[in-house]
Amino acid sequence: MHEYSIVQALFDRIQDAARERGAVAVRRVKLRIGEIAGVDVDLLQTAYDLFRVRTICEGAWLDVERVSARWTCPDGHGDIARGHALVCPACARPARLAAGDEIVLEQLDLEVP
Amino acid sequence: MCDACGCGDSNVVPVALSERVLAANDRGARHNREHFHDHGVIAVNLMGGPGAGKTAILEASAQALAALGEAEKVGVLAGDLATDHDAARVRAAGILAESITTGSACHLDAEMVHRGLHRLAWRSLDFLFIENVGNLVCPAVYDLGQDANVVALSVTEGEDKPLKYPTMFQKADLVLLTKTDLLPQLPDIDVARIATNLSHVMPKPAMITMSVRTGEGIDQWIQWLHGLKHLRASMRASIVGPV
Repeated sequence: MHEYSIVQALFDRIQDAARERGAVAVRRVKLRIGEIAGVDVDLLQTAYDLFRVRTICEGAWLDVERVSARWTCPDGHGDIARGHALVCPACARPARLAAGDEIVLEQLDLEVP
Repeated sequence: MCDACGCGDSNVVPVALSERVLAANDRGARHNREHFHDHGVIAVNLMGGPGAGKTAILEASAQALAALGEAEKVGVLAGDLATDHDAARVRAAGILAESITTGSACHLDAEMVHRGLHRLAWRSLDFLFIENVGNLVCPAVYDLGQDANVVALSVTEGEDKPLKYPTMFQKADLVLLTKTDLLPQLPDIDVARIATNLSHVMPKPAMITMSVRTGEGIDQWIQWLHGLKHLRASMRASIVGPV
């Protein structure tokens, strides 16, 4: 249930960003969440809905873009197929995670007077 | 006028941030890491589900390191929801330990570890073990400033745990497969299949089979820790440059 801690961190950042720009409300919060970031998006939404009541985010829609996990060869031999060992079939080097562990605040749509 | 997204609403401004949501924790972790590096302390984040054997591993490590005359070089910060039991067990085994009581939090974060450091004489240590809260999900998400992630997985938890909890195992530098003395009672558990499953989620799979009852794997684990210490020492020397 660390989704509540993540939403807390998110709100701290949103409040700072809104204050810096003199925003009166937030209309949209856009996140990117990786497949293996360890975040349950439904739980995150529930936590967000609880937190946003009577805050600057009261009317803000939470827009979550999911990012698939992608493992790739560090020497450029391409991606590793799903369901296989995480080593490059061409050169046997350990794969590198190219995408899928992100928890990123991508964009805020702010209402400014 | 909002030209960027074309919404036509003159009062709405899109602000592109592209920032990690846990950036504040990352900063705290960097701060802890600098402390550890400055004092030559190897910090190990020990994670695993409840009952995987994390505290037993630390008790066995304490005994093994005491036999090598290194007991006073090891300390533990034990994350625990409500009690001091884990730290008390480790103290009874002869090494320095303090609890971080997390209340309802299901994981440790960098700030909790930093506060814990204030209560532990950690600067003279070679190894600081941070025993995370028993949980195979949440602790993997928070960087604490550690040098290595070690995950305890007991043979009774089943072969498919690496595939069910990829976030945790993907971040592991080493998996300790514990309670192997129970394997004769578990005919359906195939250690080779656990290793295969790990290779599908860990880019550099590393596993030590271990039993604190029989002593299996303890020497190998202590060797792994010493290897980590030498690796970190040579990395630090290369950052500083030749003397």
